[in-house]
Amino acid sequence: MTLFIDLTLNGLSYGAIYAAVALGLVLIWRATRVINFAQGALATLTTYVAASLLDRSINSWVAFAAALVAGLVFGAVTERVFMRPLYGKPELNPVVVTIGLLILVESVAGAIWGSTDRGIAPPGGVSQSGIILGHTYLDFSAFDIFILGSVIVLMVLMLVLFRWTSLGLKMRASAFAPEVARLLGVRVGRILTVGWALATLAGALAGMLVAPLVFLSPNMMDPMLVYGFAAAVLGGLDSPVGALVGGILSGLGISYIGGYLGSSMETVGAALLLIAVLSIRPEGLFAAAKARRV
Amino acid sequence: MAQASEQSPAVAGPNTSLEVEGVTVSFGGLTALDNVSFRASDGEVVGVIGPNGAGKTTLFNVICGFVRPAAGRISWRGRELRHQRPHQLAHLGITRTLQGVGLIAGLSALENVMVGAQPLARTGSASALLGLPSSAKEERRLRASALEALARLGVAAYAGEHPSSLPYPIQKKIALARALVSGPALTLMDEPASGLSSSDIAELGELLRGLRSEMGVLIVEHNMDLVMATCDRIVVLDFGRVIATGTPAEVRANPVVTEAYLGAPVEAEASDA
Repeated sequence: MTLFIDLTLNGLSYGAIYAAVALGLVLIWRATRVINFAQGALATLTTYVAASLLDRSINSWVAFAAALVAGLVFGAVTERVFMRPLYGKPELNPVVVTIGLLILVESVAGAIWGSTDRGIAPPGGVSQSGIILGHTYLDFSAFDIFILGSVIVLMVLMLVLFRWTSLGLKMRASAFAPEVARLLGVRVGRILTVGWALATLAGALAGMLVAPLVFLSPNMMDPMLVYGFAAAVLGGLDSPVGALVGGILSGLGISYIGGYLGSSMETVGAALLLIAVLSIRPEGLFAAAKARRV
Repeated sequence: MAQASEQSPAVAGPNTSLEVEGVTVSFGGLTALDNVSFRASDGEVVGVIGPNGAGKTTLFNVICGFVRPAAGRISWRGRELRHQRPHQLAHLGITRTLQGVGLIAGLSALENVMVGAQPLARTGSASALLGLPSSAKEERRLRASALEALARLGVAAYAGEHPSSLPYPIQKKIALARALVSGPALTLMDEPASGLSSSDIAELGELLRGLRSEMGVLIVEHNMDLVMATCDRIVVLDFGRVIATGTPAEVRANPVVTEAYLGAPVEAEASDA
């Protein structure tokens, strides 16, 4: 029973991280119909930015914030420099470019910071040891609570932005009908830049949350991208709420598989989940039922 | 609406407005527009008519910056629109409705109109991103203007609905509200009467006549009753060329026009003008 509880709690905190990765993928997919394969690599890069600041004894919260800001900047630059020339080109082009970027960014990170694993402490020295509730030791730390909390805050902020601000309205209008939005006076290009910036910020948060759980290395985010992609597909690729639910569900699923069948089965489990969703319900759990002009 | 147009940055000159001079557009070997010239003034409803394929929609696309002309110039309030991009047009005070309805499917009726209200916004995206209170205030202001525009067209009751679930004439009115909400100085309407019943068209005619006091209107339309009843001036296109310009009475009496429409010379007496 305790194993089940531990696996559930563990699944929740990892699920929150997958949700953040999935949110980044969803935001970009919605706005530009591109799967950003470089999402994880960019998140690794932002985590290295924080790590370099930590090496210089800079306050860990400042480093944490710097990683998020770096995410905004890297996302905006990626859209402006690499993606902008590709709009209206064959759909394969952005796929090739983002995969190329994934390889490029990971090699650059390896060249600058070396490819050996390094540890990253949680910001503010938040504890990573389990809490004791009554007489039971739970494999759930203050940092796990921080993970869940920060992802929920991110989701709520994004929801508010999309639903109740005019920037969010312009982002939705540009995603649904760029030509019409343009005609109505929306600078669609700029809106897309903002969208990529926010998406990469979500990835940067995922990077900062996962780094203390695993080790920071240039390939740290590769499995996260796979799990996050599974979560995004499960949630319907189009829905930020779906990304959250998909993230939590796949976090739980992968945690149970790892706990009961052995950790080597985790990736297999994620792949099976992806295949199952794509073959049974390819539109995901939360995608709008109606057809949409793209 | 009148007060909205005072806020619009584009309302500068008194009666100056759109001037199209010698515009030529060709797609491959096909000349879609051939040396087209005409003008539209404030407070004037100008109709662009012509048989299918005459170049009417292309003309709108040139004015909006979707299509660049091979030759000719378009001026707005005496200033040439050289490299205008579609998104700049609304900020100049020119809005457009699309053929069909062109509403954004994923947004509610109100949200559609709010996107059209963006030129009224005073704060930029950065303050929204930073969550500044000015952005929330702005949001409420845009929402109020959008509701007002919907109410003006009598469709405020549908504000929260998604367009695809609404009857076609209602969708058309929402699209019109979206074009009018920013208080433009000129609205281009692409076939506003298509798909409407005769009572809806009569209502539309009344609206168009009422808009004269606020803005210029340029309409592309096939419904001759509407065009003849509401336009102050008519430009007739045929195979990309302007073959006639004038008041409805003049155009109706022009044998060249009847020939373009019917493809053969007709007795002039057949015209009732």
